[in-house]
Amino acid sequence: MTARLEGPISTGAEWTFELLEQYDRAIGEIARNEFHLDTYPNQIEVIASEQMLDAYASLGLPIGYPHWSYGKEFIRNEQAYRKGQRGLAYEIVINSNPCIAYLMEENSLPMQALVIAHACYGHNSFFKGNYLFRQWTNADAIIDYMVFARNFVMQCEERYGHEAVESVLDSCHALMSHGVDRYRRPTPLSAEEERARQRERSEYAWKQYDEIWRTLPARGNQGRDSAEDVLRYPPEPQENLLYFIEKHAPKMEMWQREIVRIVRKLAQYFYPQGLTKVMNEGWATFWHYTLLNRMHDKRLVDDGFMLEVLQSHTNVVTQRGYDQRGYGGLNPYALGFAMMTDLRRICEKPTAEDREWFPDIAGGDWLKVLDFAMRNYKDESFIGQFLSPNLIREFHLFAVADHSEKEHLLVDSTHNEQGYRRVRQLLSQQYNRDGQVPDIQIVDYAHRGDRSLTLQHRLFRGRPLDDDAVEVMKHLARLWGFKVRLQTIGEDGRVHNEREALPA
Amino acid sequence: MSTIIDRRLNDRNKSAVNRERFLRRYKEQIRKSVSDIVAERSITDMDRGGQVRIPAKDIREPQFGHGQGGDREMVLPGNHKYAKGDKIPRPEGGGGKGNGSGEGQGDPGQDDFTFSLSRDEFMNLFFDDLELPHLVRNVLGEVREYKMQRAGYTPSGVPANLSVVRSLRNAMARRIAIGAPLKRELAELQQREVPPDEEIAELQRRLDRIPFLDEFDLRYRHRVKIPQPISRAVMFCLMDVSASMDENKKDLAKRFFTLLYLFLSRKYEQVELVFIRHTDNAEEVDEEHFFHDPQSGGTVVLSALKLMQEIIADRYPAEAWNIYGAQVSDGDAFGADPEKSRACLAEQLLPKLRYFTYIEVPDDSDRTSPLAFAYQRIDSDKFAMSTVSDRSEVYPVLRELFHKEAA
Repeated sequence: MTARLEGPISTGAEWTFELLEQYDRAIGEIARNEFHLDTYPNQIEVIASEQMLDAYASLGLPIGYPHWSYGKEFIRNEQAYRKGQRGLAYEIVINSNPCIAYLMEENSLPMQALVIAHACYGHNSFFKGNYLFRQWTNADAIIDYMVFARNFVMQCEERYGHEAVESVLDSCHALMSHGVDRYRRPTPLSAEEERARQRERSEYAWKQYDEIWRTLPARGNQGRDSAEDVLRYPPEPQENLLYFIEKHAPKMEMWQREIVRIVRKLAQYFYPQGLTKVMNEGWATFWHYTLLNRMHDKRLVDDGFMLEVLQSHTNVVTQRGYDQRGYGGLNPYALGFAMMTDLRRICEKPTAEDREWFPDIAGGDWLKVLDFAMRNYKDESFIGQFLSPNLIREFHLFAVADHSEKEHLLVDSTHNEQGYRRVRQLLSQQYNRDGQVPDIQIVDYAHRGDRSLTLQHRLFRGRPLDDDAVEVMKHLARLWGFKVRLQTIGEDGRVHNEREALPA
Repeated sequence: MSTIIDRRLNDRNKSAVNRERFLRRYKEQIRKSVSDIVAERSITDMDRGGQVRIPAKDIREPQFGHGQGGDREMVLPGNHKYAKGDKIPRPEGGGGKGNGSGEGQGDPGQDDFTFSLSRDEFMNLFFDDLELPHLVRNVLGEVREYKMQRAGYTPSGVPANLSVVRSLRNAMARRIAIGAPLKRELAELQQREVPPDEEIAELQRRLDRIPFLDEFDLRYRHRVKIPQPISRAVMFCLMDVSASMDENKKDLAKRFFTLLYLFLSRKYEQVELVFIRHTDNAEEVDEEHFFHDPQSGGTVVLSALKLMQEIIADRYPAEAWNIYGAQVSDGDAFGADPEKSRACLAEQLLPKLRYFTYIEVPDDSDRTSPLAFAYQRIDSDKFAMSTVSDRSEVYPVLRELFHKEAA
């Protein structure tokens, strides 16, 4: 290390494997020793652009089961890429242990270093630290599981035919966003525990036994109620549709259940990524910026290197205004990076406003604050907690209300003293998954009747389902094998409309 | 801590299987696209990939999602003119402003899905339409035909190609070469007054250890692929273009000609096309006019056959060219014309031709047309005819030809 302090590791844009190793070592040392980033070991893979296209199509996973929709993605990307409409992402990183990151061979050395810092230390430490990833994904097992999934699906295709497998997969994909658990299921009791609990209960009943109180008349309709309750299944509404189907679909074959399970697992694996887009990208972007600047400070890289890095960094964190050309929503890189940088600023150079808004962290140790935020928040809560008035001003954020009974859109609040809290709250809401995925739950399975399945869609602020619902219902009916019914329940608790689908 | 792996040499076509599945699933839509391409392409140009377009709505993957309506708020960046309470007129065709901040899943204004088919994929779809049997597909699909030719012997190969004579001959030579000095020494020792038993036994053992057949004695017959001798062919496309030939019939004709052309272009290095169209008199035209220039007038088939005869005599001597003929007509011919045509074809043309095929695309397939009636009496293994009203019926006409030539 000391020997290298004298000058840059290298100059020029050409990379070699030795140089990649040197840069990775240098970045890794800074990340670990100066900034205490905790990461999985890295596996850096150099690939060609065609391989990057392949990786795109399979959701970034290095291996996946065959399905036409991946072919569609592949063709779409390839077409766009060949026409020059779109460049390729510089990197793909996989939440696994070791953490796999792809580098494209076409990139110049500064870009490779940027990607290493971004993916191998930024994303990697996020995967390892964030509570959602810790809770919902199993980095050690995902690659092995995908190998299993691929083999299983291919075996099924051989045995039951392509069409049969494809139709199950299609239907599962349609329900993928409703195939995730948002809360841990209790682990099932072992037989031993079950017996112990039963013993305890009967003992309790026995101790409480008191014949005198039995003379009290039973309360009116209690008995009937409970009888109905026994019949009602599931006892509580179920929001994980794929889970319920896997466990309870009346006439599904074992292999079909296994496929449902595979898709469900996949959906669950991607669940945290959807909830932490802003944070994850912001965190990685913040770290490649910080790490590489640190390298420049230590004179490990020269000015030309830094200029190239900064140019591409600036491209990544550009935020266009709502009425500018090329506007595509809030850029998670821009917002995330700005928030992370702003947190550091609040800690290091707090203003009076910051002290008022963030009394706990203003003037604190920025490394600890950032680490805490990374570990314990998702986009929704992160924005709700840490978006500062300073950033609202910087982004010129404003909120527009679109209420169906009003003729006009209404500007709800803007970046001023009265609007800060409201804008922050609304933006946080925007990253709430409930706002994006309709609330649909299974309320009844007529297991003693016609085996039909009843689902309820609870209207969220009066927003109806879109036209796809008809198609999705067909898929649902195909998986279930009997009639399925979807009731839309208004906020007043009344059934607004009902649609049904029968298996074809 | 970090491992760097070079994966550039790994398989680059991991998505091929998914792509193929996509094509299979949307075969119908793609086939429609392929039909359009067939219509606008020239026959000689058919043999390559093409751009295919599928309506975006057909390949959507549905999911439960929120539709228009209801209440929502959106937070947008870049405000430079609005203050709280301002009213903004609702943009046309949707409650969302811009396309979705956070809610936007899939922009609705997505274009059709366009992508390119490779040559193989395109040809397969083309053949699918014609319901070509696989054997023929292979013949047509292969870029060039090869013949296996013997090319001496090689030390490695499959057991079936083992040359026993060669291998044993080698073995014998080796045994002699290695054994000779030992035998000489043995003879010397045995000549001695007191033969040294031990040394003799040792030499005998060494001699016995020489294997009868060793691996490097083995020789296999070697075969190499030799591209088949190439030659020239000319294909005459004859078509009745009188008013009764509508677009649909012309499309059938085009597919028929294309198939024959593809077949010939696989077989011969150089294939020339001659287009002859006729109403009541025949003329040689280029492909564009052949398929797309409407004509009116009566029908005299003989005129086309006569013209073909003239062109052959003029430019394509039968000794130097393989001549193929393909004729499409709706079969309406009058008076003496069908009979005269039959005579001309059977007696004057056929002897010079490798093959002649005739397909009839009638309005009413139950009726035998005068031309078909006359042609039916041609008895030659160089001649095939059929009535076609659907694409899948095109191939059987050529079956005989393909069968014979592909064998």
